[in-house]
Amino acid sequence: MKHIKTLNNANLKNSAAKGGCGECQASCQSACKTSCTVANQKCEK
Amino acid sequence: MIHKYYLNGFYIVLDVHSGGVHVVDAVIYDLLDFVAPPFSQELFEKACAALSDKYTSEQLLEAYEEIKELTEAGVLFSADDYEKFADMMVSAPIKSMCLHVAHDCNLRCKYCFASTGDFGAGRKLLDAETGKKAIDFLLTHSKGRKNLELDFFGGEPLMNMPVIKEVVSYARSKEKEYNKNFRFTVTTNGILLDDEITDYLNREMYNIVLSIDGRKEVNDRMRPTVNQKGSYDVILPKFKNLVDKRGDGQYYVRGTFTKYNLDFAADVLHLNEVGFDQVSVEPVVADPKFDYALTEEDLPRVFEEYEKLAKAMIEKKKKGEGFNFFHFMIDLDQGPCAIKRLRGCGCGNEYVAVTPDGDVYPCHQFVGMEQFKMGSVFDNSINQEMKDDFARANVYTKEECKNCWAKFYCSGGCNANNYQYAGDIRKSFKLSCEMEKKRLECAIMMKAALAADDAE
Repeated sequence: MKHIKTLNNANLKNSAAKGGCGECQASCQSACKTSCTVANQKCEK
Repeated sequence: MIHKYYLNGFYIVLDVHSGGVHVVDAVIYDLLDFVAPPFSQELFEKACAALSDKYTSEQLLEAYEEIKELTEAGVLFSADDYEKFADMMVSAPIKSMCLHVAHDCNLRCKYCFASTGDFGAGRKLLDAETGKKAIDFLLTHSKGRKNLELDFFGGEPLMNMPVIKEVVSYARSKEKEYNKNFRFTVTTNGILLDDEITDYLNREMYNIVLSIDGRKEVNDRMRPTVNQKGSYDVILPKFKNLVDKRGDGQYYVRGTFTKYNLDFAADVLHLNEVGFDQVSVEPVVADPKFDYALTEEDLPRVFEEYEKLAKAMIEKKKKGEGFNFFHFMIDLDQGPCAIKRLRGCGCGNEYVAVTPDGDVYPCHQFVGMEQFKMGSVFDNSINQEMKDDFARANVYTKEECKNCWAKFYCSGGCNANNYQYAGDIRKSFKLSCEMEKKRLECAIMMKAALAADDAE
């Protein structure tokens, strides 16, 4: 494409279908304790 | 739903429901003000009429075709089909615990949400028996979950080091029998760190959070000792020693910024300059009645500072001196699944806090609010009704989140903040939302900038 560069796989929908195992870290436990960002957590799978 | 913004020379378009992140040119950026599904010749002609002084008809047609192509590929204007998953959000096993080993502290940080460490309920240390009961509570309530997280928190947890050791060794002794893997973390102000404790923590803790606010004068203003002396000179060498010895183990130096240091990018960069490559500096959580509290009028300045930090970090990264800033860390491909992103921190459902009295609360921020006491480790009880209510708090039951572009990045924000400021765990706290959105825009822009640099 000439006008658009896509930076990622845009796979959020696939992740919903096979996700939800619940093994990943609670986001608040990592560093924040007072605010919330979840997108920086890692998937355990 | 899409979200588009221009930052630091980049036109960025996010497709919220596929997670797609696109860097576009000005033609696409402007055209997206006019066209959206269902695409029609009429809309396109309107766009052409409005943009004909800026772009040629050939450019516009070419761009329009690309927009349609991405839409067909499901990565632009993709449908919101997550609500069905949100309906499935029911009570989950409890697998994370914030264990308050000390409701006491040897610092007197002025912004402390825990009222100088005692959470307004008197100074107290957790005893080993209660700590072991907390482990038993986690072992049984975690059901089939294998990975369990336990954060030693306070007050200042190192004031109760013997109990930390006893609890760790008790938990480890149960791992095999229960098929669990404990990941311990500790959040400390560093005052009591010595070589022996440092080595112990480096050995046993999966993650260590070291509290320091940044530049000496900034840190010492808000984080004095009980005798009102600065803490910076005491803790910095201890933190450096711990990190030097830690190897690849996870840690963060973690600070708080307030209205007193709205130039907080300097504090983040300072922490990196003195030798730390994992840094988190976060906005203070405080009642607006306090001088140091952040208020909406501070937002333009805070935004400017996040941008400044992002640009400085890009330059450092290009020079091979990159470091991590917690709130700018995003993995656009391998991050958490959409299910995790629907409800974020999991407080009161997957995550609880336990006090030195063995009382269970939804998280450390709720400790001391009697109406949120939801169980006890002594009788292994949990208020299922309250747990279910927290379980249902997700981005589709929070009205402001449902239609927010950032919902899959922040996952509904902090329920405790929502309760403290808006009186309801489902009502978003605007100040936090605005800062979070700005951080995300900066974080994604950094990806664009570094990708452009790689391409060159």
